[in-house]
Amino acid sequence: MLNSLMSYFGSTVTPGQAGNQLWALIYVLIIFTGVSVAVMAMNWLERKALAHFQIRLGPMRVGPHGLLQPIADALKLMLKEDIIPAEADQFVFWVAPLIGLLAAFTVYTVIPFGPSQAVSDMNIGILFMLGVSSLGVLGIVVAGWASNSHYPLIGALRSSAQMVSYEVAMGLVVVSAILMTSLHGIGMYGVTGNGDTGTLSMIGIVQAQQEQHIWFIFKFFPLGLIAFVIFAIAMVAETNRAPFDMAEAESELTAGFHTEYSGLRWSLFMLAEYAAMIAVSAIAVTLWLGGWMRPFPNLLNAPVWEFIFSLFPGLTFVGLAAIAFIGAARMPAHSFFKIQRIGLAVFAAALGFIALVLLLIAVAGRSADTSVAARFREGIDYVYWFVFKVAVFMYLFIWYRATWPRYRFDQLMRIGWKVMLPISLGVLVLTAIVGVIFS
Amino acid sequence: MNPAMNSALNSGMAPVATPWFFYVLAALAVASGLAVITRRNAVHSALALIVTLLSVAGLYLMLYAPFVAGVQIIVYAGGIMVLFLFVIMLVNIERSSKERQFNRMWPVGLAAACALMALFVSAIAKGNKLLFPDRGITLPEGSNTQEIANMLYGEAGKMGQYTFAFEIASLLLLVAILGAVIMTKKKI
Repeated sequence: MLNSLMSYFGSTVTPGQAGNQLWALIYVLIIFTGVSVAVMAMNWLERKALAHFQIRLGPMRVGPHGLLQPIADALKLMLKEDIIPAEADQFVFWVAPLIGLLAAFTVYTVIPFGPSQAVSDMNIGILFMLGVSSLGVLGIVVAGWASNSHYPLIGALRSSAQMVSYEVAMGLVVVSAILMTSLHGIGMYGVTGNGDTGTLSMIGIVQAQQEQHIWFIFKFFPLGLIAFVIFAIAMVAETNRAPFDMAEAESELTAGFHTEYSGLRWSLFMLAEYAAMIAVSAIAVTLWLGGWMRPFPNLLNAPVWEFIFSLFPGLTFVGLAAIAFIGAARMPAHSFFKIQRIGLAVFAAALGFIALVLLLIAVAGRSADTSVAARFREGIDYVYWFVFKVAVFMYLFIWYRATWPRYRFDQLMRIGWKVMLPISLGVLVLTAIVGVIFS
Repeated sequence: MNPAMNSALNSGMAPVATPWFFYVLAALAVASGLAVITRRNAVHSALALIVTLLSVAGLYLMLYAPFVAGVQIIVYAGGIMVLFLFVIMLVNIERSSKERQFNRMWPVGLAAACALMALFVSAIAKGNKLLFPDRGITLPEGSNTQEIANMLYGEAGKMGQYTFAFEIASLLLLVAILGAVIMTKKKI
């Protein structure tokens, strides 16, 4: 048991490639737990950030600064009565949230948190991700239909029309990024090796960016950037988030496709939505923002730079702990806040402990050899930079929601088909032409 | 391909694609295929069809054809079936499920299915080394997509012998799309 656990440490490939089912299972469990915790954290952050955007306080009652609010919400949702409407299609109503959840979580098998920090590296990685995440719309459509009610049906029709339309533009810009993996030239306009093949593997795409010494967002300067912007817009529409949340426009459709859902089943839809948001952000990070790579991996490749950048995970947690400590120190002195103050201080101490462990690993694994500490340090760095980039996108999702008013449905369709689709086609054709010209 | 992966493959680690997976996927495909034609509710049929398509995608994966499996999921399960459901949802299911089946084609369908079954059974019964390879093909899984690209667009005469056929097929699809647009839009 211990032997087979340790045997994987020397390997430099994903457990899926190494055929190591035990480690694959461990990775799956880690990812599942991590995503669920991230969704809870995101839930808290979204309510807090939205409140602060609107000059409110947001959740403050459950735990210090409402930190325990997601846990309270989860408990409430689990204990709530689970209503299935009498006229609903029982079986389909039951299976719909599971379809969404399965589609959202299956894509995590190929998300590369690092060169070996993924469940598996598929030859068709990006194709698999787009395909399986497009199955998520089935859950929404079927939920709206099975509710046997008008608002859900309209919400489901809207969302399926929207997701099918934006998938086209999304797919085309993804192809333009895949095209760039076959160029093999160094720098912004570098192209060598005419007639080489590219790759669809998620890990391969990041390695291609490493080899070309550039993130694909900067490749062929305006083209990569335009493709990225198109994807960044389409992925908001794809996940039914504001300003494209026509499917659940509460001022028009009550709650859209999940109007009739309650309790645990409703929370499964929420979990699927946030998991899908993380998944599409991971695609964007992998394709255009260099995936797990730290900033300037080729320009600043001296060991000292490597060491400085490997301090970032620990320093991030130091920062978080400091914020929590300041929060504890600024608690009102009234005895009513005593428990909250102690709780926040303990939370800060826990964050500080994590920071200490991360800094210790960074120091212990600073030599670039094959020792376990060095491999740990490397892995933490990769996962940190990947998660950091994804977290930026998660914050952007909240920011969009607080900033922009909802689109009208005809405007949404017009942007999808008459603006985004022609631009993405143009980007694809121009990328191919530039690639041929510069070779 | 990196050396660690080769060593993992060479060290006799069992491949994940075992016969067990084949039986499960095939049984799932057949069972859900039966559900497609026996359910009276059109949405249930469509859902069963999605399960069939996904299990066939799984069978493609087992044949070391990941690209075909991925395209199967995107095109059929993700694209066509969503449009199917989109249309079916607008039909009044309750009335249509009470209506009697008015065509009498099922004996013909049964005969065709039996003939196909007989063909398969005879092929397996009479099959020799010419019909079936006696060993599995060496897995080109790592470069499956690249191989397809070479087949389609590679140098003419050497590998890219299907460029013309492929382009003709895509032209046909384009004509079909334009036809659909023209038929639905009176004023373009």
